[in-house]
Amino acid sequence: MRYEAPETIDAAVTLLAGEKGVARVLAGGTDLIIQMSGDMIEPDLIVDIKRIPLLKQISEEDGGFRIGAAVSGAELGEHAGVCALWPGVVEGVELIGSTQVQGRATLVGNLCNASPAADSVPALVAANAVARVIGPKASRDVPVSEIATGPGKTSLAAGEFVESVFLPARPDRSSDAYLRFIPRTEMDIAVVGAGVSLTLDENDVCTDARVSLGAVAARVLLVEEAAKALIGNKIDDKTLDNLAAAASAAATPINDKRGTVEFRTKVSGVLAKRAATIAADRAKGKK
Amino acid sequence: MSQIHVSTTVNGDAVEFLCEPDETLLTVLRDRLGLTGSKEGCGSGDCGACSITIDGRLVCSCLALGAEAQGCEIATIEGMAEGENLHPLQSKFLEHAALQCGICTPGFLVAAKALLEKNPDPSETEIRYWLAGNLCRCTGYDKIIRAVMDTAEEMKAAKS
Repeated sequence: MRYEAPETIDAAVTLLAGEKGVARVLAGGTDLIIQMSGDMIEPDLIVDIKRIPLLKQISEEDGGFRIGAAVSGAELGEHAGVCALWPGVVEGVELIGSTQVQGRATLVGNLCNASPAADSVPALVAANAVARVIGPKASRDVPVSEIATGPGKTSLAAGEFVESVFLPARPDRSSDAYLRFIPRTEMDIAVVGAGVSLTLDENDVCTDARVSLGAVAARVLLVEEAAKALIGNKIDDKTLDNLAAAASAAATPINDKRGTVEFRTKVSGVLAKRAATIAADRAKGKK
Repeated sequence: MSQIHVSTTVNGDAVEFLCEPDETLLTVLRDRLGLTGSKEGCGSGDCGACSITIDGRLVCSCLALGAEAQGCEIATIEGMAEGENLHPLQSKFLEHAALQCGICTPGFLVAAKALLEKNPDPSETEIRYWLAGNLCRCTGYDKIIRAVMDTAEEMKAAKS
């Protein structure tokens, strides 16, 4: 295996595109190194992208934020601007692993590891975040919901990688939230996760919403019926019950050691409801 | 595999080593640099026994490659005491008997030190969440948490 740590994006693209064998991008390494030491993969080339200054940055762009692929969870959580605009995305990222894992793991790595239970992805999908994919051909902007195609599988072509994720600007009285269920309080993998992003008008009526679910299908789900239950309504008990019903109806989970189909289906609705309540409270607190 | 030459700083000292491209930083510290204070518990980032800081950031050294240390500032448990003078956390761990077998102790100390540097006045809840990635199988959590809380109190008092 070769290890390379290029200092420019172009050099990284050239290395990845030129590798005939198995190539992997190394950002935080908290998934990759475990896969390597467990002999799940044997890369011929590792490209460490942490020496590329642009990928270590969080930059303001069109009222939103662009988060480089090598920004760690700890760095993201310390960024006041992102925490204020997209608190649900930050809380999703901060649920990944321990303090130690937060010191390394990245938002983009969590996305590209393509676990259906990835904690940051439902919040990113609810946020309608856009991944910038670069490779030997022209770069392209892809909705984050189209990156994972199934457990451990992505739509990225050979030689391509995600350079950054863009979190867009949003109107006043908008916010988001992410919640997950685990049987303990820390250090576990989501049994169900739910992300809600919404905007309220001055009368607290929801004018825009996106609802997502994690760990209840082969990939993170965007649940349009659940968003429809919110839009045009105040976030009251009736609206929340309709939201919960729509979320539970959309869940297509499996039975495994973490939870049963029945449990995950029910909890999908419960978490969507609670996340919507938190997001609405946050939105009301803004201007 | 050809070895990689790495120049780095460990506990303030300039250090150079050769390592395999797929060798973890934990292996480099233990087997090449003789710094065996960092332990391998799980090798998968779950137990925290290999906790160190890289450029001031708390990480598991089993989840970093030796090659990634190039140009970085590494701090390990070996750099915590100043000569014979223990760090206040080390003294408090002894005072509170916050260890039994000791395998998890270096990781807990390094992690707790990183916490107090970031947040000198943590609540019990904050300490418990911060240390959730450090496992102790002798079940000494309460004593460990009390030792960290007591250290924070003492360090605050010393400053004021």
